[in-house]
Amino acid sequence: MSASSSAAPSAVSVAPDSVAAVSEGLRAVGYLPGESTALVSYLATKLGKPVLVEGPAGVGKTELAKALASYLGRELVRLQCYEGLDEAKALYEWNYRKQLLRIQAEASGTGWDAVQDDIFGEEFLLARPLMTAIASEEPVVLLIDEIDKTDQEFEAMLLEVLSDFQISIPELGRVQSRTHPVVLLTSNNSRELTEALKRRCLYLWLDYPALEHELEIVRLHAPELSATVARRLVEVIGMVRALDLKKPPSIAESIDWARALLLLGVEDIDAETFNETMSVIVKHRTDMDVVAERVGLKLGSPADVA
Amino acid sequence: MSPDSLPARILELGEELRREGVAVGTSEMLDAFAVLGEISWTSQEDFREALAATLAKSQEDRRVFELVFDRFFFRAVEVAAAQQGIREDDEASLGELSEEELDALRAQIAAALRDGSEGAMRDLARMAIAAFARRQEGSGVIGVDVQRIRRALGLRAEPQPELPADDPRRDGLPREALRRFEALLRRELERAQIERTGNLPPARPLGELDRALPSGPLADLAAVHRVVAQLRRRLATQGQQARGHRRHAHVDVRRTMRASLQTGGVPVVLKFRPRRPRRPEIYVLCDVSTSVTSASVFFLSVLHALHDTFRKMRSFVFIERISEVTDIFEHERNFKAVSERIGNDAGVADISGYTDYGRVWSEFLLQVEDDLHPRATVIVLGDARTNGRDPRADIFAQIAARAGRTFWLNPEPRLYWNYGDSVIAAYEQYCTAFECWTTAQLEDFVRALTRPVIAAAR
Repeated sequence: MSASSSAAPSAVSVAPDSVAAVSEGLRAVGYLPGESTALVSYLATKLGKPVLVEGPAGVGKTELAKALASYLGRELVRLQCYEGLDEAKALYEWNYRKQLLRIQAEASGTGWDAVQDDIFGEEFLLARPLMTAIASEEPVVLLIDEIDKTDQEFEAMLLEVLSDFQISIPELGRVQSRTHPVVLLTSNNSRELTEALKRRCLYLWLDYPALEHELEIVRLHAPELSATVARRLVEVIGMVRALDLKKPPSIAESIDWARALLLLGVEDIDAETFNETMSVIVKHRTDMDVVAERVGLKLGSPADVA
Repeated sequence: MSPDSLPARILELGEELRREGVAVGTSEMLDAFAVLGEISWTSQEDFREALAATLAKSQEDRRVFELVFDRFFFRAVEVAAAQQGIREDDEASLGELSEEELDALRAQIAAALRDGSEGAMRDLARMAIAAFARRQEGSGVIGVDVQRIRRALGLRAEPQPELPADDPRRDGLPREALRRFEALLRRELERAQIERTGNLPPARPLGELDRALPSGPLADLAAVHRVVAQLRRRLATQGQQARGHRRHAHVDVRRTMRASLQTGGVPVVLKFRPRRPRRPEIYVLCDVSTSVTSASVFFLSVLHALHDTFRKMRSFVFIERISEVTDIFEHERNFKAVSERIGNDAGVADISGYTDYGRVWSEFLLQVEDDLHPRATVIVLGDARTNGRDPRADIFAQIAARAGRTFWLNPEPRLYWNYGDSVIAAYEQYCTAFECWTTAQLEDFVRALTRPVIAAAR
């Protein structure tokens, strides 16, 4: 099953009252937001509008949802999208087996009407992520991950959920959300989303962070790494990203690299260490050739890393 | 700007965005107002970000938004200033600049560009303009002046190895920063012009260049790859859509019985045989003659991307004769190496080096006649310029008849079709032809592929 619920919320729920508060709060749970990230997150909690987060892979789109959930003290409900995801997997499904057992158990004596009333009750409903988020007693953070992987039909189905926070079940009627979930949709931009969906969302474009910002992130996650190496690392990552690669290194990979360097006890990133540890940040053979050729050489001559 | 005029201003901004092709609906405008109720207006960054989050819903839109926002509020401020007679006193204490001072200015600007600090760049742009105004080098045309100043400052994106090692310009300046500096120069020059004349020039619509995302040829390659990935998904799923979703769903009795054990032998859940997704088979013919030289790189990158995503695919390049290059693409992963190898040993040029479509068709038919079948897709990349030779549309018709679908991607604008020796009309009756010289058009082609009924009717 694609749904997963994170551990129970640790803190009491928080209602932020300014952009600065959101920024502080996200920092406190280990996510360093850019300016627009904090602003849009704040607006999302205030206005109750879903946020469409786009950007290259590995810039922390999913992480943002997790951080928001833990900052707001809410449960995270996650719907991982994939090709062929349908309503039964995303919304709800009737628990056939239980219904059947019920019918068999009561086979003799009960009238059809009585049974029918029974077996289409909430007891027999298997709530899937969207349903869970809507029906939850406590406000939640709903993460719809990689929405661009689904079909357009599924997007259309989401519209009802996103604009009115309700789900219509033919046998039961409408399930209206009791609380207002914060909704984040992420997309890697592998296909154009429909206008109707975009219209209902706030838009946030996450890009690779600026040098200083990334340095801060790396130092947060690998605090033992010396300042000079960390700076050098971020600069090298910047150079690698500037090349045209199949898959440029993500933030997660710079953190991995920082940790790897830490384990190796490296004092400075020279051409040799770089070539040995490059596989942490570059994952395609052709990319590795390009990077070794372009960046490795530059590292050889000290001092002029621009 | 008085506060009560703000709603009107925001509406005007929305109107302006629409004019530039950003889809701003009423609901977006309502959102924008709702958002402005939640943030403080004193921070320009917050104000801009909040509006951007509600009005611009894609990266391209965001870029247009930035430009329009700047232009719009710049003009709004200038109108107010002109009305109230406010003038900026930029006749500061800048006397005649000596050559050394100019050098210092150059270095400062280059350093600011490298570090990308917006504030410093802005100040330096004004100093540069003041310095050059003093040397009477202004031409009066803003675009010309901008370039003149940039050249005089020696700001270039390419590395300049002749400069000393500590000069930040030595390794070349970041393109993006250069572009921003030019924009600042332009704005400051416009401001000066408005101050001189006391009225505003008409608003200039954004040019194609302004709104395009910054990209090099390799970034284009990445874009092509992205579009082709879409193409693959659509080709793969579309076979079933055309035939109806459930038509071929066969019940898998064995698995159904097995599943029924859970429900006491009652087959509640039917298990179906998995539908084998139809493997698209693709034949691509790519013209590499001199008349399409500029498009060849684009075409080859399309080919390259196609090979990355499809396994059952054969590609051919042709000029006078045809040559299968499937192997090259399969063994070489690097785009540059591929194009070199094709250039060296494909051996498609014979004597004249001009495209001979008639010969190409007959050779192609000869090579693949037995393999072509109704589920195959043939894609031709070429300009259909026969150099006066016989187009042999009859052979092409045979190919199109054997293949399921035939597409033609023409790198020339539709305007030039059928002029001169272009005979695309002769072929167009047997295939679907697309104009294709940008990735946007390639995307159109992919979109057209998803309308299977129309394509199948041909």
